[in-house]
Amino acid sequence: MDWKQLWEILSAADNVPIVAMIPLLAFYMYLAWKQAHANDLLIAELDGNAALAKTHHRKAWPFKPGWAKEVHVWPFLLRVEFLAAIIVTIILMVWSITLNAPLEEPANPNLTMNPAKAPWYFLGLQEMLVYFDPWIAGVVMPTLIIVGLMVIPYIDTNPLGVGYYTWKQRKFAIGTFLFGFIILWVSMIFIGTFIRGPGWQWFWPGQTWDHNRLIYEVNRDLPDLFGITSNWGKGIFGALVVGGFFAIGGMLVHAFFRRNNPKDYKRMSLLQYSIMMTFLLTMFGLPIKMLLRLLFHIKYVWITPWFNV
Amino acid sequence: MPEEKTPNGKNGKSVGLVDRLKAGVKEDLQSLKTDMPAKAKEQVELLKKPTKTQVFTSIFRHKHDDTPRNRALGVLSNVFLHLHPAKINRDAVRYSYTWGMGGITFYLFIVLTLTGVLLMFYYHPSKVQAFRDVLYLEHDVPFGKLLRNMHRWAAHLMVIAVELHMFRVFLTGSYKKPREFNWNVGVILLVLTLLLSFTGYLLPDDQLGFWAVTVGTNMARATPLLGHEGPFGAQLGMTPYNDVRFGLLGGSIVDANALLRSYIWHCIGIPIIASIFMILHFWRVRKDGGISGPAAVVLDSEIKEAKK
Repeated sequence: MDWKQLWEILSAADNVPIVAMIPLLAFYMYLAWKQAHANDLLIAELDGNAALAKTHHRKAWPFKPGWAKEVHVWPFLLRVEFLAAIIVTIILMVWSITLNAPLEEPANPNLTMNPAKAPWYFLGLQEMLVYFDPWIAGVVMPTLIIVGLMVIPYIDTNPLGVGYYTWKQRKFAIGTFLFGFIILWVSMIFIGTFIRGPGWQWFWPGQTWDHNRLIYEVNRDLPDLFGITSNWGKGIFGALVVGGFFAIGGMLVHAFFRRNNPKDYKRMSLLQYSIMMTFLLTMFGLPIKMLLRLLFHIKYVWITPWFNV
Repeated sequence: MPEEKTPNGKNGKSVGLVDRLKAGVKEDLQSLKTDMPAKAKEQVELLKKPTKTQVFTSIFRHKHDDTPRNRALGVLSNVFLHLHPAKINRDAVRYSYTWGMGGITFYLFIVLTLTGVLLMFYYHPSKVQAFRDVLYLEHDVPFGKLLRNMHRWAAHLMVIAVELHMFRVFLTGSYKKPREFNWNVGVILLVLTLLLSFTGYLLPDDQLGFWAVTVGTNMARATPLLGHEGPFGAQLGMTPYNDVRFGLLGGSIVDANALLRSYIWHCIGIPIIASIFMILHFWRVRKDGGISGPAAVVLDSEIKEAKK
């Protein structure tokens, strides 16, 4: 266990935001879960008691008849905003006094930084470069993430859960988002920051960064495993595998979705449903490709003269 | 023939100019003696009520006694506060619902604008001077180091705050009808925040920024159709000297032009675009019915299915 190495990574000035973000995220997940749980209990109670549902104020927070439903922004909201601004300023001041922004040697195109890392919020994309060619990891995937986020409101037809935390009414939407945001985005940033060392090699936390380490990785392509050698054969085989992933994966998601979310399934139009399927399966493709690479040393599944997947 | 002049004095006796002057001065002196103390007294009385002065009432258009009307007017008649409604849902002021992340993001944007403008006074976006300017800023400019640190950490904090804001909006289902469009504006603002941060990364012109931007923009080589290493790029005549990466960097390598482009996008281009989207974002928050909650829970049995 190389504690010095671990400390150097954890305390690197630009890594501090990520070190800070993990407890922050944990705290906010807890805060959200607590409220979702309270609301879910209330929903279950009201579902079982129609008389209460008619009279209840329908929030997990206390409310008594006669209390005003609305309060003045001045001073009740503005004082909170003012306090928030002061607290943020104090945090920022203390942070800026105690920790210096990093400044390396002057830029030198002849001396490559190793590892050369992107800013922390792009490390997820950089980590994806291990598993995909740059045109997918650097261009297609970011575009799909942005477009995918933008279509969310138009494909989520579930009318429940607007304006309050809940888990039971929106299991599918929240589960998918947590998977994309926490499992994929945040954990890949984590890997890119704390695990990847010189040569973008995998170093466990506490392992010394050995700049001379060489790994003779034998990466194979999927067609090779099946003994396919001709270019045409590889192209067709890859197209079948990728197409098969979408077809079989699509069937599995379909079987799961229509059973567990029958109402949403009924509400969705063909366009909404197929857009959801496309983005969902593409998202699942990422961890599958990661596992293929990390566990089976498979580099490409689809090889063509123009592009490889 | 001219008319005979009417005499000015009493009893038809004409009075000379000097006499008239004397009488006038005497009158003036008398008025100073009697009027001024009275006016001064009046003035002192007025000073005791500064809110009654014309200057005050010209600036603040309503009274400030603690009445519901004045509380509402305090928000509505103020250009900076009128983004808010006069009254909100009693539970919406709870920190646990909104986490305050949208507001904190906007506050950090203001902090970044202020510190950024101050940093611009000491920075030249040229290969010769950029790095030296940062050294100068760190070692010679009073509070220069603090200024740069604050700008850097506020930027990181803003990225975190934006992501947490998006997380909260998702978890509370606030992107649903009628707020679909504003969620889209928010996604664009998220992208702009990341781009703002990324374009600022190169500006110190050190190894960290140089290689981060090199790695980042190298991906643009691989853009399908538009990059010279991307699928079908070569077939469409893309070379390192005319593809999308060349357009981003103003050259085939990260050099002086890239520094200047980064600087202009960072200090002028993206902040203006982001400000426009922010205006839209805040406006739509109000127009779409204000903050989404905390709303009363809705039961599944209460949903009426639309007829197809």
